[in-house]
Order: sequence, then C-alpha cells, then structure tokens
Amino acid sequence: MTTTTESGESTDNLRTFVAYVEDKPGVLNRIASLFRRRNYNIIALNVGRTHEPGISRMTFQVTADAGMAKRIEANLYKMVNVLSIEDISEVQRMVRDLCLIKVNVAAERRTEVLNLVEIFRARAVDVSTDTMTVEITGAQGKIQGLVDALRPFGIVEMVQTGTVAMSRGTQGVAARMAHTVSAGGQAPAARRSAGSMT
Amino acid sequence: MPKAESSTDPNSTGPQQIPGSEIIWDTLVNLGVETVFGYPGGAIMPAYDSMVKFPIHHVLVRHEQGASHMADGFARVAGKVGVCVATSGPGATNLVTGIANAMLDGIPMVAITGQVNSALIGSDAFQETDITGVTLPITKHNVVVDRPEDISAAIKEAFHIASSGRPGPVLVDITKDAQQARCEYEFDPRPVELPGYRPEYSTDSNDIARAAEMIAAAKRPIIFSGHGVVRSGSSEVLKELVDKTQIPVASTLLGLGGFPASHERALGMMGMHGESWVNKAVQQADLIIAIGMRFDDRVTGNLANYARQAKKIHIEQDPAEINKNVIVELPLVGDAKAILDQLLPIAKKGDIEGWLAHIDHMKGDDAVIDIKELPDNGKLYAAHVIHELWKKTDGRAIIVTDVGQHQMWETQYYHHDYPRRLVTSGGLGTMGFALPAAIGAQFGDRDAEVWVVAGDGGFQMTAAELSTIQQEKLPVKIAIINNGFLGMVRQWQEMFFEGRYVSTPMLSPDFVKLADAHGMDAFRATTLEEAADAIAKARAIDGPALIDFRVVQEDSVYPMVATGKDLDDMIRRPDGSTEGPAVADLSKQKHIKNPLIETGDDE
Repeated sequence: MTTTTESGESTDNLRTFVAYVEDKPGVLNRIASLFRRRNYNIIALNVGRTHEPGISRMTFQVTADAGMAKRIEANLYKMVNVLSIEDISEVQRMVRDLCLIKVNVAAERRTEVLNLVEIFRARAVDVSTDTMTVEITGAQGKIQGLVDALRPFGIVEMVQTGTVAMSRGTQGVAARMAHTVSAGGQAPAARRSAGSMT
Repeated sequence: MPKAESSTDPNSTGPQQIPGSEIIWDTLVNLGVETVFGYPGGAIMPAYDSMVKFPIHHVLVRHEQGASHMADGFARVAGKVGVCVATSGPGATNLVTGIANAMLDGIPMVAITGQVNSALIGSDAFQETDITGVTLPITKHNVVVDRPEDISAAIKEAFHIASSGRPGPVLVDITKDAQQARCEYEFDPRPVELPGYRPEYSTDSNDIARAAEMIAAAKRPIIFSGHGVVRSGSSEVLKELVDKTQIPVASTLLGLGGFPASHERALGMMGMHGESWVNKAVQQADLIIAIGMRFDDRVTGNLANYARQAKKIHIEQDPAEINKNVIVELPLVGDAKAILDQLLPIAKKGDIEGWLAHIDHMKGDDAVIDIKELPDNGKLYAAHVIHELWKKTDGRAIIVTDVGQHQMWETQYYHHDYPRRLVTSGGLGTMGFALPAAIGAQFGDRDAEVWVVAGDGGFQMTAAELSTIQQEKLPVKIAIINNGFLGMVRQWQEMFFEGRYVSTPMLSPDFVKLADAHGMDAFRATTLEEAADAIAKARAIDGPALIDFRVVQEDSVYPMVATGKDLDDMIRRPDGSTEGPAVADLSKQKHIKNPLIETGDDE
C-alpha cells in the first residue's frame, strides 16, 4: 500500500536524488544506461540547466530500499560526468511537478472547472470553444487529485514534467563535493540537518 | 572538408602546428607508453601513418579481440595501462569482448579507435559504428574526440581514469578529420583535473581501530585476499599482518599470488572449486576480513547461507561494492595498502590456536597429495601436466590461462607465490583469452617465462595469434590441455544435464602440425613421462613452443559447489571415477577416495 506525505509525495521506498552533472553530450544516456544495467527502476527524471554555465541539475526518483539507495548513490558518484549526488529523501524538501491538462468543457460548465482549478491552486492557461487547459504545479498527490476531479469532464490530453526537488532551508546541495566517505561506505557529502520550513 | 583544409593550410606559421594523428602518439609517449597492440584500417590510418615518427612498438594482431586481450595481459603483468588500437566499425566492435573482460576484472586499459569523419557521424557511413554507445556499459568511461585540440587531454584523462581508483577500460574514439587536422600543440605535463572524478577515499582511523579490536576478539578469523591485494601492491604488508596475527588466508581466483601459496597460513582458493577445507573454514569463521574482493557468486555460493556466523570487515576501494552481495559489519573504503599499513601496527593476535588446529585437522596431514608419488597408471591427467609445469618452472613462470577446467586445475596445482604471475579471466570468463593475453604478458615482462595453459576449445578461438607470436619473435610457450571436449560444459552436462553431451565433443586440428605451419616447435604428450619430457624440451628452446597434452577425456574438476548450493555443500570425486578402473584401483590401494585430483582430506 502506498502512503503519501502531506505534500502528496509517495513514501514507500521512493527515494529522491539530486545530482549535478556536466552539461555534455551523452551524459543523460550514461545515467539512464547505469539505471538500466543495474536494474534500478526510475519513477521520474528531470534534467535542466542551472545558474552555473556548463552544469545541469538532475532530479530523479527511484524505488529502492536504504541499501540499494546507497549503492545507487555510490554508482552515480563514480561516474566521471557526475559532479555531485545527494539522496535528499531523509531531509525536508520541496518536490514539484508541473502538469498541463486539456479538458473537454463547454461554455456552460466553465465555472465548474474554474472552481476546481481554484481549489487546487491551479490556473487556466488556455480556453477554446470546447476545451480548457489547466496548469498545475505541485507534488504528485496534488496533481493526481486534480486529474481525478477533472476526469468526469473528459481529459483530451495531459503532460507532466519530471519531478524536480530541492531541500528546504539555507543550505543547498553543493555542485562540487569534497572527498569524503563515511563508514557506511557511501560516497556523498555530509548530511545536513533538516532545513527549516519556510 | 573545409575545417581540415583550413587548418592544414601550408602557409600557417606556428612551428607547433601538428596533425592530430601525431598528437595521439606524442601524448602516449609522454605518458610512458612503449608498446601498443592494434590493427589498422580506414578511419585510423592517419594515426598509423604518423606512428613511425615516434618510439612506439606496434604489435600487429590477427583479430582486434586479440589486441584488447593483449593490452589486458600487459596491464596485469606490468601494472601499467595497456593500450589497444583499432579502426572504426568492425575493428572497434571486435575489441568489445576484451574491453568487457577488462571492465569486470578492473584492468587499466585505454582503447583508441578511429571514427569516421565528424561530418559523416550519424549518416551510417562505411564502417561507422557508435562505439561509445556500444561500450557505454562496459567501459569505466568513454569519449568521442572530433577536434585535434581535444585529443591530448582526452588521452591523458583516459589514462588517469583507467589507472586510478578501481581501474578499468576507457575508450577514446577519434574521428578521422580530428586526426588529419592540425593545431598548435605542446604536451601539458600537469596532472589531470576532473571535477566529477574523485576515486580516492580516506578511511577513518577510528574504523581501522575498530577493525583491530574485532580481529583481537575473534576466535575463528579468516582473511580473504582478493585482486585488490595484487593491484594495490599489498602483498608484503599482508604477509606481515598474517605473520603477526597468524590469521589464515583464503584467496579469490584473481587474488592468487597476492599472498604466497607456500606460506604456512595460506589455505588456497575458496569458492566453487575451492578446496574443501577452505570453504568449510569460511562457513565456520566468526570473522572475515575481506581485502580487495567483491563477494562474487562464484566465491559465495548460496548467499542465504553464506558465512552466517561471521562478522565481516570489507576493505574495498569501490564504495559501490559495499553491501552489494553480502552485508558487512565494518566497511573500510579506500586503498587496501593504505588501510593495511594503518592496521598492521595496531593489530594483535587473538586466541585462535584452537581454530588453527581445527583447520589443520580439516586439511589433514596429506593436505596436498604429491601426485608424483602415485604410481603411473599410464594415463595423463591435466593435474599431472600442471603439477609438472609447476615443478619444472619452480613456480616462477607467468601462467596465462584460458577459461574452463584447465583454469581451475591451474589454481589447484600451480602454487603461486608471487603476485602478477597468474593472468586469468575471472569475472567475464572469456574463452580465447589465454593466447593473446600471454603475448601482452610477455611484453609486460620481457624476461619472464610465459606459459599459456589453454583447453583445446578456447585455444582455437584465438589461435590465429600464433602468427603474432612468430612475427614478434616471442618465446611464449603453449600448453594445450586437450581432452577433445569443451570440458567444463561437458562436466556440467554430466552432473546437471543427465550426461547429454550436446555440442561439447570437439574436433580439433592436429595442433602439432598447426604449430609447425607457423614454424613453431611442437610436441605431443600422452603419458606422464612424455609430458615431463615435453615440458623440459619446450623450456630448452630459445623461442616459442607448443605442447599438445592429450589428457583423459572425461575428467572433472573436484570439489565443486553447484550453482545455488551452500558453500560447504560440495560435490566430491566419486569412488571409482568415471575414468576407468585404474583410478578406482588406486583409491583402493591408497585408501583414499580421491587419489589424483582432489587434494584435500575427504572427510
């Protein structure tokens, strides 16, 4: 059975990792290849640029127990193009997806849909005679809630980004990490205390 | 190509303007490379054309698989990065088996491949293969280079990655236009800096102190000596640690020679074909100190019942190996030698006299039956051959094995006292490895006596390299353990497939004539006496020689832990072996179940 946090994120063995990688051709392929080869199951994956030129940031979610999570971390740490990797599953974090949902809605029912959109703190971004497109940002649980609410109207299409995540509080995941290793054998940087809620 | 034309402009002034093809070799020479193993072809031809300007010895192989195995064999013996070179497409794909082999055994190798012109990449050009895509999961790293300016840095980085941390193969794919174009170049001797590559780990001294406490408290400790002991050069410090603590040492296949087989505390190899007393000791131990090994399934048997009484200390440089197969109490991540150097001064001998006596009891007084004491029954056993080879070479030769029964017999009958003297394909189990790897091994140590020990099956996979041996005038000696079967598969068919010998009987050419066709001296031996004689003759020859040992056909390697069985659940040599009455008679005479092959007390 899957449980969810108040932010709607599934918790059963779902691990969230943040990695900084060099923005070079084939890096995504290398990481995807590692996951395939080691039989790790990717739930969500997102790559995007950062404020630092030449460095991309990846967020990925994997179902793994604690032991496997450590090996995933260690295997990614070994990759030449991976600048840093951190498992942020145990810290306070913000986890978001963005989703666009195009739903069948005739003029007379638009208000109904807009009310739902309001409840979910989503927003309407496009309207045509017979459809409305809604944009929602949030954790998976919240998005799923809106999808369920809109389903009776008839969903024409929907699209989601991969999940992005960031730890709360003052400290960030360092793009470049120092040589440290704990007795647990995992490679990564020192653990931070949970960040404050902001 | 406009790009190439503009940069090869004869009017350009800079005296350091050289083509990428020369940058390749200048960089390799600056990195200390003297020998490369390769095969030319279209996309790598500019590099070959430039090679003659540099002090590089190129060994022309007969198949690119040979080149990658040679680079591998060279690296294992010399402890340096082995280099192989091939052209694009089929040249590159032929390297693949050797690259995968180096990956699983952690061998430092750099493969340089030609690639089609950068403008043609992705167009399915002649001999175009996406070799970096193909080798992605079997290299430590790989890279495509399409500008001459990037060649030197890419090769330097490849050497650094291949040889540091847990070593492995790195492939550098260089487009033909990058080889042809010119640029300003001067070798940059500064160390490589890769922000995302940090393979060194420092170990917490508190953890090492804890290891010393666990060692002092243990009643039944055992050390596992793996490939990491050989690679990190830890043989001496390990010996000192064992002399101080008296802890018995079991070895993995690739660890053989890392700890001297003749040492009083050496137990021998553990695992699927390990000696019975070693596997029993593993199962009974209360502390395992595993050094530079990865708890491969061939070592552990059934994981659920593996060494359940033992706490485990895992000394390993790759954190991704920690808790992968076996959960350990204390991981020590870092260089084995650095950790053992710190452990040695604080390690103390525990109260283990009872344990040592127990192991001695398991071994029995006749732990290793000296085969030469047994009466000759007129048949030649592989064990005879390898034992004889060990005696004749005083245990000092470099033995390069193929994969199969002969490989396991080698581990049982050639006792390695020195590191880097056994070259064998462990993780991948690559048939066809021995002959080319031996060529590389000979280049790794030009003065060493190098012996190939191969089966008739594996030998034929890469037998074309016989002519490479002759072209290079190498004194490599070749022992073919010829039983007319793919022996290990046949053994499994006998044991697990009700004796259905599907596709394992093998017709071979006359190996003596084959050697003769290569202008190589060759002998055939069908008895123990002939075997001893042939080995002596081959050793006396100042050049290569081949011996076709016609051994008993349906012999099996014992003891054996079947796949999925517990480590101490071993199949023993049956009384009245399959190989006829002679053996059965012998066992009655000597009141031992296992007169020839099994070396341990069979209790």
